[in-house]
Amino acid sequence: MVNTLTPPAATIKPKLGKDDWIQRAFMFVIALYLFVALALPLYAMLSKAFSIYNFDLTKYEVQISQKDGSYPNPAINLNELNNDIGLYSETDLISDANGRLRIAKLFTDFSFRSTVKYKFRALNDETSYLVASELKSGNQWVELDSNTFRRLVLRPHSGRGFDNFTSYFSRPALTQSIKNSLWIAVVSTIITVTLAFWFAYALARSKMRFKGVFRMIATLPILVPSLLPGIALIYLFGNQGLLKSFLLGETIYGPIGIVIGSVFFTFPHAMIIISTALALSDARLFEASSSLKASPWKTFWTVTIPGARYGLFSAAFVVFNLVITDFGLPKVIGGQYNMLAVDIYKQVIGQQNFEMGAVVSVILLVPALLAFAIDRRVQKKQVALLSARSVIFEPKPNRFYDRIFFAYSTLVSIFIVAIIGVCQLAALVKFWPYDMSLSLIHYNFEIMDGGGWSSYQNSIILAILTAIIGTVIVFMGAYVVEKIKGFQTGRALFQMLAMLPMAVPGMVLGLAYIFFFNNPDNPFNFIYGTMIILVVSTVTHFYTVSHLTAVTALKQMDIEFEAVSSSLKQPFYKLVKNVTIPVSMPAILNISIYLFVNAMTTVSAVVFLYSTDTALASVAVLNMDDAGDIAPAAAMGMLIFYTNAGARILHTIVSTQILKRSEKWRRTE
Amino acid sequence: MNKIKQILLATTIAIGCVSSVSAAELTVYTALEADILKTYADAFNKDYPDIKINWVRDSTGVITAKLLAEKDNPQADVVWGLAATSLLLMKSEGMLEAYAPKGVEKLDPKFVDTSTPPAWTGMDAWIASICYNTIEGAKNNVPAPTSWQDLTKAVYKGHVIMPNPNSSGTGFLDVSSWLQIFGEDDGWKFMDNLHKNISRYTHSGSAPCKLAASGETTIGVSFAFRGAKSKAAGAPIDIIVPTEGVGWDMEATAIIAGTDDLESAQKLVDWSITKTANEYYNLGYAVVAYPGVAKAVEHFPANLVEKMIDNDFEFAANNRADILKKWANRYDGKSDPKK
Repeated sequence: MVNTLTPPAATIKPKLGKDDWIQRAFMFVIALYLFVALALPLYAMLSKAFSIYNFDLTKYEVQISQKDGSYPNPAINLNELNNDIGLYSETDLISDANGRLRIAKLFTDFSFRSTVKYKFRALNDETSYLVASELKSGNQWVELDSNTFRRLVLRPHSGRGFDNFTSYFSRPALTQSIKNSLWIAVVSTIITVTLAFWFAYALARSKMRFKGVFRMIATLPILVPSLLPGIALIYLFGNQGLLKSFLLGETIYGPIGIVIGSVFFTFPHAMIIISTALALSDARLFEASSSLKASPWKTFWTVTIPGARYGLFSAAFVVFNLVITDFGLPKVIGGQYNMLAVDIYKQVIGQQNFEMGAVVSVILLVPALLAFAIDRRVQKKQVALLSARSVIFEPKPNRFYDRIFFAYSTLVSIFIVAIIGVCQLAALVKFWPYDMSLSLIHYNFEIMDGGGWSSYQNSIILAILTAIIGTVIVFMGAYVVEKIKGFQTGRALFQMLAMLPMAVPGMVLGLAYIFFFNNPDNPFNFIYGTMIILVVSTVTHFYTVSHLTAVTALKQMDIEFEAVSSSLKQPFYKLVKNVTIPVSMPAILNISIYLFVNAMTTVSAVVFLYSTDTALASVAVLNMDDAGDIAPAAAMGMLIFYTNAGARILHTIVSTQILKRSEKWRRTE
Repeated sequence: MNKIKQILLATTIAIGCVSSVSAAELTVYTALEADILKTYADAFNKDYPDIKINWVRDSTGVITAKLLAEKDNPQADVVWGLAATSLLLMKSEGMLEAYAPKGVEKLDPKFVDTSTPPAWTGMDAWIASICYNTIEGAKNNVPAPTSWQDLTKAVYKGHVIMPNPNSSGTGFLDVSSWLQIFGEDDGWKFMDNLHKNISRYTHSGSAPCKLAASGETTIGVSFAFRGAKSKAAGAPIDIIVPTEGVGWDMEATAIIAGTDDLESAQKLVDWSITKTANEYYNLGYAVVAYPGVAKAVEHFPANLVEKMIDNDFEFAANNRADILKKWANRYDGKSDPKK
């Protein structure tokens, strides 16, 4: 397009300097990471959902002898035989990878005692069948007597199509899970958001005492695996439970247990989001409301709720997503109440039906993606509520309301502490309920399923690696999105990839990783079964929240820094090292503790991927509970809790120290 | 496996701390109970100190799933202690390396695969049983059952827990044995009636007995080995052998085709069928593959062995997928709470 007549100066294009190339290489590496760790595995899973198995009768031929062993009749194709007698319909021939079809039924006058012999063959080498568990294939005739012929079974052919979905929706036992999952998620969301709203309201709008303690207690559930409330509920409301009579004869194993447990483990998420929303309110609106003589009730509905509505929406979607994708809790306390996430586990682990597992995964992705998409849309509509002229709301003491809020917050806190406390008690009781003496016997993990004490060590290694590697990747990714100039499309695409993990349930990611990384043709195959794949899956699973934290921190930094730095001819990494990282230190520390805690507690993202050498504490909790060793499971769960609590305390100390030292400039002297 | 080993080796050398690695290492997949693995490995290492066993242990369902998932890229060298029905499935996928271990002719032929050379060899039988909590039984007025059919009586409603056959090997051997004892039609009818009394299906086969031991349920359909263990630990349970007979499966051993170290794998399998090995199996199992070894196991019911049904493994393996599908369609998630 260069016009030779006009001077080239007309189209000034900034030349890409060395800096830009390094930055682009950077961006490429991070984008490649997300592509390999997220997009490709999901694609592998999708294609698995459409890979089908059925019996192709046209591929086999049989010749039947007379009683004397001679073969006067020509060979017949099995398909023709089936069409003649109409035994198997097309749907009968749909199968899964492990399906087997006995063909003796196709021969109406078959008797295994008869002296009739059968010659059998497949029409090509790819088609195989079994004679008494012996794998055979190809078009060599095999002669079998009647008794052996009875033991001949066909193996399914693989192909592509929608059959898996057809077969899924024709099985009410499976489709019931969709209703169950949606129902549980909706009920839990309503209860959690309501409870969390009033709790956050009490913290933000009252003058009750011990707010700090309440806030601390309310965030405790983040530190435990979602299985732990399930275990606690067994000890509280199970058949030998302390408070069994409270359930009035209902069983805790089922929807009741799942909902109570879900409320427990999603409460802090909702509370934090709503607290942030309530904190961002303008005191002038309340003044206006009261000077207009509006009742507190009216003020609540016209000022408080509209002001917090985006927070409420956001909390609702986050809780909905957490509940519908959670696997640990319904597995422990769900009893016979099936949910989608547990179905994936059952299909994959129990029935070795990977295709159906992929189908359920695709179905679970739909509500999760939908909730995520709606939330994104709602968030975009949010406009800044706080302007420079806003006045921060300062609650006034009101003895009556403050007491009510205090009582309410105490009740919620007792619920949370009781759940954690009963687990610790259960872990120390020798043989509940027959020998209630205390003992440390349940900490002898070596004789239990789940990998013993080394699983605890592995979890710590995983958590530390995830925190370090994850923070580096996430921060670099956020930097690319936020600070690199030009290359708009690439950055937008990257931003989209970075948001995606939020909507992908851990189990789905794990299953996708099996399909993708366990493929021998995959150059990354060597990470399968190692700690690396656990780190990759955990970092990817918790990518979005970390990414958003980093982006928010980077947004606070003026873009002028980059301009000044480049006009001073400083390479960008010097700027990053000397300015960007120190300024973003609080966010960096927050990301690492977030990743650490989640790596300690996650089950869903790793349950398909761990190997014996990399058994994890959270998975050990699951497996010990699974084997009926509930007390050791509680013991390991509490160990995770204490570790996370310790990490959090350490994080607080380090954060304050670093802030004190490196951020003197933030404080106006 | 190779690549991982190479990388591990490279790192060890790079760091410069070459530890004293045994001459050979085998990755052994197993569904044996976790508390017995070390005993077996130590006993094996007495005779073969140069071969290190790296266990990969999980429940029958998980290990089977893992092996099938890794079909094209096997990570295991040997399977030691997995249900014979699962190994038959592997065999039909062509995943097993046929091998006649030294001294295989001494084993009870029932415990050896019918092909020559055999694809797998059996170790011991693990046998279904009912665990009955006597304290909870008295408290809930639930008498001890004597037969499988007893469990369908109204008095047991809500007091029985059994493993889900889709995830548990024990659960599957129960279901396949009922289909063999009662016949296909009556077997499913029996399960229809039993289903009404089941309070829940667990994912693991030992869980029902452990839950009976802790009084979470009165009756757990489980296996004798687990019952004896819980009883020895002081649980107030009785181990009941139903009069109709009990299902069982073999724990068996096989070499995975494509192993890096066939020689060591063969040594392990050779050892796994020796008299010594069988004496170790006898620590937990009343029936073992080597004739004349078995001694009575503490807390095992006396008539357990004679009540073992004549199990048709091929039936179980070939119909596994169909049975599980049918079972899931009938009972899984159907006990949905009142709508």
